[in-house]
Amino acid sequence: MKKGKENEAQGALKRISGPVVTAVGLNAHMYDVVKVGNEELMGEVIKIQGENVIIQVYEDTAGIRPGEPVTNTGLSLAVELGPGLLTSIYDGIQRPLEVLVNKMGNFIERGVSAPGLSHEKKWEFVPTMKVGDVVKAGDILGTVQETNIVHKVMVPPRSKGGKIKKIAAGSFTVDETVCVLEDGTEIVMLQRWPVRVPRPVKQKLNPDIPLITGQRILDGLFPIAKGGTAAIPGPFGSGKTVTQQQLAKWSDAEIVVYIGCGERGNEMTEVLTEFPDLEDPKTGRPLMERTVLIANTSNMPVAAREASVYTGITIAEYFRDMGYDVSLMADSTSRWAEAMREISSRLEEMPGEEGYPAYLAARLSEFYERAGRVINLNETGGSVSVIGAVSPPGGDFSEPVTQNTLRIVKVFWALDAKLSQRRHFPAINWLNSYSLYLDALNEWYDREVSPEWNPLRAWAMGVLQKEAELQEIVQLVGSDALPDEEQVTIEVARMIREIFLQQNAYDPVDTYCSMTKQYDMMKAIKHYADLARTAQTVGATPQQVISIKSKNELVQIKFTKDYEPMLAKIQKDMEAEFDAMRAA
Amino acid sequence: MKEYRTVTQIAGPLVFVEKTEPVGYSELVNIVTADGTVKRGQVLDTSDEIVVIQVFETTAGIGRDSGIRFTGETIKMPVGKDMLGRILSGGGKPIDGGPEIVPEKRLEITGAAINPYARASPADFIQTGISTIDGTNTLVRGQKLPIFSSSGLPHNDVALQIARQAKVPGSTEEFAVVFAAMGITREEANYFMADFEKTGALERAVVFLNLADDPAVERIITPRLALTTAEYLAFELGYHVLVILTDMTNYCEALRQIGAAREEVPGRRGYPGYMYTDLASIYERAGIIKGTKGSVTQIPILTMPGDDITHPIPDLTGYITEGQIVVNRDLHRKGIYAPINVLPSLSRLMNLGIGKGHTREDHKKVSDQLYAAYAEGNDLRGLVAIVGKDALSERDRMFLEFADLFEDRFVRQGLYEDRSIEETLDLSWDLLSTLPEEQLVRIDRELIQKYHPKYRKKAQG
Repeated sequence: MKKGKENEAQGALKRISGPVVTAVGLNAHMYDVVKVGNEELMGEVIKIQGENVIIQVYEDTAGIRPGEPVTNTGLSLAVELGPGLLTSIYDGIQRPLEVLVNKMGNFIERGVSAPGLSHEKKWEFVPTMKVGDVVKAGDILGTVQETNIVHKVMVPPRSKGGKIKKIAAGSFTVDETVCVLEDGTEIVMLQRWPVRVPRPVKQKLNPDIPLITGQRILDGLFPIAKGGTAAIPGPFGSGKTVTQQQLAKWSDAEIVVYIGCGERGNEMTEVLTEFPDLEDPKTGRPLMERTVLIANTSNMPVAAREASVYTGITIAEYFRDMGYDVSLMADSTSRWAEAMREISSRLEEMPGEEGYPAYLAARLSEFYERAGRVINLNETGGSVSVIGAVSPPGGDFSEPVTQNTLRIVKVFWALDAKLSQRRHFPAINWLNSYSLYLDALNEWYDREVSPEWNPLRAWAMGVLQKEAELQEIVQLVGSDALPDEEQVTIEVARMIREIFLQQNAYDPVDTYCSMTKQYDMMKAIKHYADLARTAQTVGATPQQVISIKSKNELVQIKFTKDYEPMLAKIQKDMEAEFDAMRAA
Repeated sequence: MKEYRTVTQIAGPLVFVEKTEPVGYSELVNIVTADGTVKRGQVLDTSDEIVVIQVFETTAGIGRDSGIRFTGETIKMPVGKDMLGRILSGGGKPIDGGPEIVPEKRLEITGAAINPYARASPADFIQTGISTIDGTNTLVRGQKLPIFSSSGLPHNDVALQIARQAKVPGSTEEFAVVFAAMGITREEANYFMADFEKTGALERAVVFLNLADDPAVERIITPRLALTTAEYLAFELGYHVLVILTDMTNYCEALRQIGAAREEVPGRRGYPGYMYTDLASIYERAGIIKGTKGSVTQIPILTMPGDDITHPIPDLTGYITEGQIVVNRDLHRKGIYAPINVLPSLSRLMNLGIGKGHTREDHKKVSDQLYAAYAEGNDLRGLVAIVGKDALSERDRMFLEFADLFEDRFVRQGLYEDRSIEETLDLSWDLLSTLPEEQLVRIDRELIQKYHPKYRKKAQG
């Protein structure tokens, strides 16, 4: 962080109580970044009370004494945006973890600052504008090949713009001027943006394109739109993290921002070691080339955890401004809310529900509102889709974080510990989940998949719903007591669950399922259901219909890459078996 | 060193001192009582007017006449190789009658967070010899896998059996045990010590004992001392360290006690709002670091108050640790040891340590199939209670019988029975072969043909 000399002011520490400290004699404004103590720990002003300035510190405060100096930088907490973001792994305040290892070893010590971007590395800048062109804020001046992703260099959003006086191709660091406007404004590739302020857009659009994730239960039954918001609440051990990682790996967004907020160190390591080896299914390049990771594990300082989600979404917005579809995963927003609670309690604020601060709902909605499909200032279209994990204590969905999140998000993927105990993965409960984007997305599915898809989906949901009702009866009287027709319904529902809904994230083929394949699979199940119904009308017993052998082969489709011949054969066998049954 | 006699208030484990020179947050404090005893404490809150000290021992004997000495440094732990085989108090002082520890280093006990970038991904399978762990909830090196238990259940036996039998097959690397007891009874502690002595484990163990009658607040530092020792052994001396922390419930009670004494705004059930962060600062001290030899594997034990897994202690623990092993009362009542209920148990790092090159290629799918079949059988038990066995379909009856068989043969094993992973997996196939082959939907055909007893016999015959 550079010092803004004109605002610099020094004060002294008065009180230290964990991550919250009080300073006096400091001329400060809310959310100014300050340096605390002799070791210059980074902190942020969160409350001003008379002459007391209350600061949350992003590093451990052990050993800091009253009387030590506090310096105001006069800047608010900001991130560095520019080429070099992709493939980076940051902590909650955008310090690159790799650089920190080099600077201070295997453990996170304190008092070390490191810029978010390399200021030495040279990037090849190719202008797309020329001298004499008139540009305004947000306009794309040129490009840099960052990884296989093209990084667009833009006029900063708060710039006045003007006529280009000088622009040329060449090798530049992020601090070197790539373009000069007639009024003398020099534009560099680096932009600094305060994390708590959304980056401006021209217009927000309605979400009507789905974010395809390759996960059958998500794309097929509960889709999220590009620019949409979703919540995954799940008690621990219900497969939430795996689901989020699957989304990061497979969703068809061009850029992925993954925030590990207060999560497990070993799990972050799994992400860090797995992502570079993973191939992007579309380009064949490492997935990491389109990813920014933010890792603030549960034992890293709590204030940096609070900041991490803002750091993440600001980076996501920056790529959106270039015209990309970005998906942002926040795992977990409950840890973020707990960080707020912890700091609020140190501030001795009057608590709201369950000790959370009264502004919890406002903070959550502000955050989710930064998602959206938009037209950028530069007329390109882009989107930020936000998928937030929630970890309700004790699996109790009525707690404040889950409840306040559900009031905002449009998609709810209800993870269910019962299902994961049964090894039904992804353990998303099909009865409790919902997507409010269905109507908006219908047209897309008609056009891009098949006009049959939407009725097929409705049929499958109907069967699953019916099964739930029937199961209640079965629980009481056993399955033999059901009418013949309903016994088959139970079997069809089982097929939908085991063949369509269950998906193995660790199987090389099954881990991603295209929309076409999803459609084919569901159609095959429906085909069986239709054949069964017809057979029953001419007198087949449920046992006969259920014992059709070839239908059990449908499971194998999931694990087969070029599945079409297999599917055709199974369909043929199935029809033959039904024909034989009728003949008998 | 300056001594202050400006104590203004003593409340529970907290001592308030005023008009001091600037005192550092988290600093170590010595308190000298009238009779000359020295008690230790730590600074919880510091300002120019008042300093709040949390005392690790009983505050009995501390009064307004007590002398307060601020040491100017945070709590450090002397560590050295000769700690192996020693028994220390919950505050880190030798209590086995032996000499003081010769420090090779003095380390801060709070321990900085491992940079996620410096971590290596855990991948070494630890064979505990217990089928329900190895087969369905595999432990790997560098993992933190707690045992969730309840009062009256044999969690100590399970922990001891793990400590006794844990090994990485094919590896001869040095390993050590760090055992930290927090608020357990003398009897329980003796039980652990006797077993350590009997098996010779004590020679390569460091034991920290904070017993039920030791000061509760000392429990706040006991696990930190233990983990500082473990990290030293692992990352500086290259040992593979297994840390057993028992009982974390007592630790959390101590945390709540301090929170209440400070009149903090309480979170759920009176536990402090920062309990998640605090627990994370303990549990996260497990793992492997790239380029170093050793590892820290943690098995914290906690008793769930009222068998309630949604209680804040198991709940927050489960959000930090990489899974949990749940000890179950029903199985215990049926006389089954080790009474581990695999259904709510979980090892999140299992997939990293199993399969080809680690255990056996069929491990993952066999485990999934066992889970699914047992879950189905277990569900049916509820149904049988209502409609009777006769109303079940033939398929359902098979799964019901499978559930009984699973508990009787897979879960049940001897206290000293050390099953190799091959034995566990072969046993699984034996059990699965009681189900019709087409019901094994989670296992690919190739694996069935390779490992199913039916085909194996054929291949051998």
